[in-house]
Amino acid sequence: MILRDIAHVRTGDKGDISQIAVFAYRADDYPRLLAAVTPERVASHLGRLPSRAITRYELPGLCAVNLILEGALLGGVTRSLALDAHGKTLGAQLLDLPISPG
Amino acid sequence: MTGRTVRIGGGAGFSGDRIEPALDLLARGDLDYLAFECLAERTIGLAQAARRRADGAGFDPLLDERMRAALPLAHPRGVKIVTNMGAANTPAAVRRVTEIAQDLGLAGYRTAAVVGDDVLEAVLAGDFPLLDREGSSRDLGSSVVAANAYLGAEGIVEALQGGADAVITGRVCDPALFLGPLIHEFGWAADDWERLGQGTLVGHLLECAGQLCGGYFADPGVKDVPDLARLGFPYADVGPDGTVEFGKLSDAGGRLDAATCKEQLLYEILDPGAYLQADVIADFRHVRIDETGPDRVRVSGGTGRARPETLKVSISYDDGYAGEGQISYAGPGAMARGELALDVVRDRLRLTGAAVTDLRFELIGVNAVDRRGRPAEGEPTEVRARVVGRAATHAAAERIGAEVEALYTNGPFGGGGVTRSVRGVLAVASTLIDRALVTPRVHFEVA
Repeated sequence: MILRDIAHVRTGDKGDISQIAVFAYRADDYPRLLAAVTPERVASHLGRLPSRAITRYELPGLCAVNLILEGALLGGVTRSLALDAHGKTLGAQLLDLPISPG
Repeated sequence: MTGRTVRIGGGAGFSGDRIEPALDLLARGDLDYLAFECLAERTIGLAQAARRRADGAGFDPLLDERMRAALPLAHPRGVKIVTNMGAANTPAAVRRVTEIAQDLGLAGYRTAAVVGDDVLEAVLAGDFPLLDREGSSRDLGSSVVAANAYLGAEGIVEALQGGADAVITGRVCDPALFLGPLIHEFGWAADDWERLGQGTLVGHLLECAGQLCGGYFADPGVKDVPDLARLGFPYADVGPDGTVEFGKLSDAGGRLDAATCKEQLLYEILDPGAYLQADVIADFRHVRIDETGPDRVRVSGGTGRARPETLKVSISYDDGYAGEGQISYAGPGAMARGELALDVVRDRLRLTGAAVTDLRFELIGVNAVDRRGRPAEGEPTEVRARVVGRAATHAAAERIGAEVEALYTNGPFGGGGVTRSVRGVLAVASTLIDRALVTPRVHFEVA
């Protein structure tokens, strides 16, 4: 199974920070989401992302986590030379993160 | 919901956003207010640069088109407009809106300017540590072209209290475009942190317009959104205590439900317990989202605590030029020919001593946006080689595209569709400024 089977994502940017929110569709799957979407596993899955640090905020009321990836945007949208300067495609790339079957 | 409610719509989520959905809301949405959020982080710097070159007025390039279409619908219905389309030249934007109102025969139309966000003098006079990287404002030297503080709702409230039909601002916190009308209508105190936090939540959910209604959401077969070509924009029905329900026109495209609201709730939020605004530090950790009907969602539980003593400032500065070239390859061996093309350009730029830095060599379709750690599986049927880098001068930046273009006759076989470009880079750095150094001011013009 992959993350896409249990969760949806939205990606935003602020300066040189990429922000990825991950939401479990069903409350029952939230514990699996918490186990799977750790900063370490995210860093490993997005192995070519130049992120300095990843912080995770948990929002149990929304069955969500908010990931803050510092230094991930090559200087941020205003000066980045990346094709996707906002990093809008990053959240979708997290959706094939392997997860343990329920 | 108890007491009188105010209906406020989200009319734009960025400078280039669609105009018809906002007009649809004005015509049929029974609105009290419509806010257009049109000023992204870098837009104000671009506007400032345009103003300096005197080839633009320094306000939003779509101001004329939006206001000419919106005013004839808004004014007869008593809908007040709030927008940050003033960008780098709010007084000129207000003069233009007043001229448009005169053209349209809207005698007496009253437009307010909220100014005071321009803090360039204060920034140049001092030395401010930068927020998201090392160094300080002084390190940017003479390359600084603009510095704008994120104002709160105060000026917007004053403008509405002064009877404005339209309020034009430069840089303000985006949610303040919505919080201002709510403070004006309900008389929330400047230290009513709970209401200001909930009002900020309302503004945050509306400020990207279509994104609350299923824009930036669709994933076919997984998360479907009906009729994206006719995506509707959202409105909020807000009560005096901050109680709020969101909705959209029932026959407009899109969907507004718990899932779309959840995604927008966290969009571009860092710490959900501390969303820093000029008016409040909002706290979204305990927000509840409940569907109350088709395309109808109640959002509760936003709160906040005392506002910060500093305001965020965006410093725009010239950061040289970016030069870029792209070329495509297809068929068997496309990827190897794309890689050879990148190698040739790398060698050519080195052999010719091109004064370029921060070079990136990528294959679109393989590794240009994909940041996953594992290698791609299988051979793509087409790739597009992309080379991009920085240069101090326009001429040096041109060298990159020139070397990509030369691949036509000097590179691997079957390269097609070259594009090349050079653009000036106007970068933004952030800092904080003591709010005592920033004074919002309001003035009016009447058609």
